[in-house]
Amino acid sequence: MTPDLAREIMDLTLEHLVLVGISMGIAVAVAIPGGILLTRRAPLQRWVIGFANIMQTVPSLALFGVLIPLPFIGGIGKHTAIVALVLYALLPILRNTLTGILGVDPAVRESAVAMGMTGRQLLWEVELPLAARTILAGVRVATVTTIGTATIAAAIGGGGLGVFIFRGLASVDTTLLLAGAVPAALMALLADGGLGWVERKLSRA
Amino acid sequence: MNPIVSFRNVSYGVGGKDILRDLSLDIESGETIVLLGRSGSGKTTALKMVNALLHPSSGEVIVEGTPTSRWDPIRLRRRIGYVIQEAGLFPHFTVAENVGLVPRLEEWPPEKIRTRVQTLLEQAGLPPAQFAVRYPRELSGGQRQRVGVARALAADPPLLLFDEPFGALDPVTRVELQRQFLELRRRLGKTAIFVTHDVREALLVATRIALLHNGRLAVLATPADFLRAQGEEARAFLACLDSTVEPA
Repeated sequence: MTPDLAREIMDLTLEHLVLVGISMGIAVAVAIPGGILLTRRAPLQRWVIGFANIMQTVPSLALFGVLIPLPFIGGIGKHTAIVALVLYALLPILRNTLTGILGVDPAVRESAVAMGMTGRQLLWEVELPLAARTILAGVRVATVTTIGTATIAAAIGGGGLGVFIFRGLASVDTTLLLAGAVPAALMALLADGGLGWVERKLSRA
Repeated sequence: MNPIVSFRNVSYGVGGKDILRDLSLDIESGETIVLLGRSGSGKTTALKMVNALLHPSSGEVIVEGTPTSRWDPIRLRRRIGYVIQEAGLFPHFTVAENVGLVPRLEEWPPEKIRTRVQTLLEQAGLPPAQFAVRYPRELSGGQRQRVGVARALAADPPLLLFDEPFGALDPVTRVELQRQFLELRRRLGKTAIFVTHDVREALLVATRIALLHNGRLAVLATPADFLRAQGEEARAFLACLDSTVEPA
């Protein structure tokens, strides 16, 4: 491996990490409060989960393609890639937030209300702690998927490790392909292991 | 003396089905009234109206002189202890945190909560040194139920609600906890509303028994009078007392 390639691997890995980090940050910030809100709005659940499901079934390359001509969120570059990655990451987090909170033992919820907890106390002291593990499992799945999907962002100028992969495909160069694929796979494994560890810590209670 | 809880012509229906029909009942301070009935008789529904978990479709439930519809539900519930089957303990709280919950919500100083929890656990026969830091899943069913009762008593509420509290326990533990309940009542003199489908339990703990049948009050009597009650439903329940099992 030449020093130039090594430096480029470092740079693109960092870029990939930033892409995934920003997307996951936005997805978590939208999907967890969104999921909490949905637990209070039963009629909306089908619609929102349905929308998120549909987003999940759109092939990623197609989604990037569809986003490009859109004003504001579309175009070529990082922000379009982030919009697409956020759309993909929403579903697992949203669904797990919903099932985690709705899965709290009704007897526990009822006694919390009967003890005189306010809605806010019920959420922060009972529902969220008991759902934390399930919610985190959703974040873990979304993170691992996003690390993989983010390689496709290079197709629309999003940068990241996908740059190697597309370049390697175009020039039939296995070294370049691996220079993109191996760091991405390692990153996914590390994220999976790290978040899994936190999850097990939480399951103590 | 004014009744502490008063049901006035209370009806409750959901989806066209009447669960309670025109229930009127006064509960005096210091008594233990048992709501006895089969599954679906409306006894738990009636209980949940007292702490405003449910609201009457018509009529009103008056607690300490004020209809539940005019109480702040949070204030009302913190004045009423509540014990349910399987205790409903918070699985992510220790025993001490479970018992100290309402005092903490009421913003007692931490030191006062600590001493209160210690006292309650000692009274419940659960030495604090051994039990305070345990989680509910590390306890037996009977111990969990003792914690549930201690939690209900924590903020010293004048009124306690029990919803089939001992229903899921083995018969031996059940009798132990019934004894503990009687001792507690003797010592604290609190008002209790106690839901059960077990006529023996009703006769043991009640000062008065209210028998509900299909959402109506069928009999209201002291245990001694209940034994002589003539109604069909009352006799059906009393028949349970006679059934002795012949070994094959």
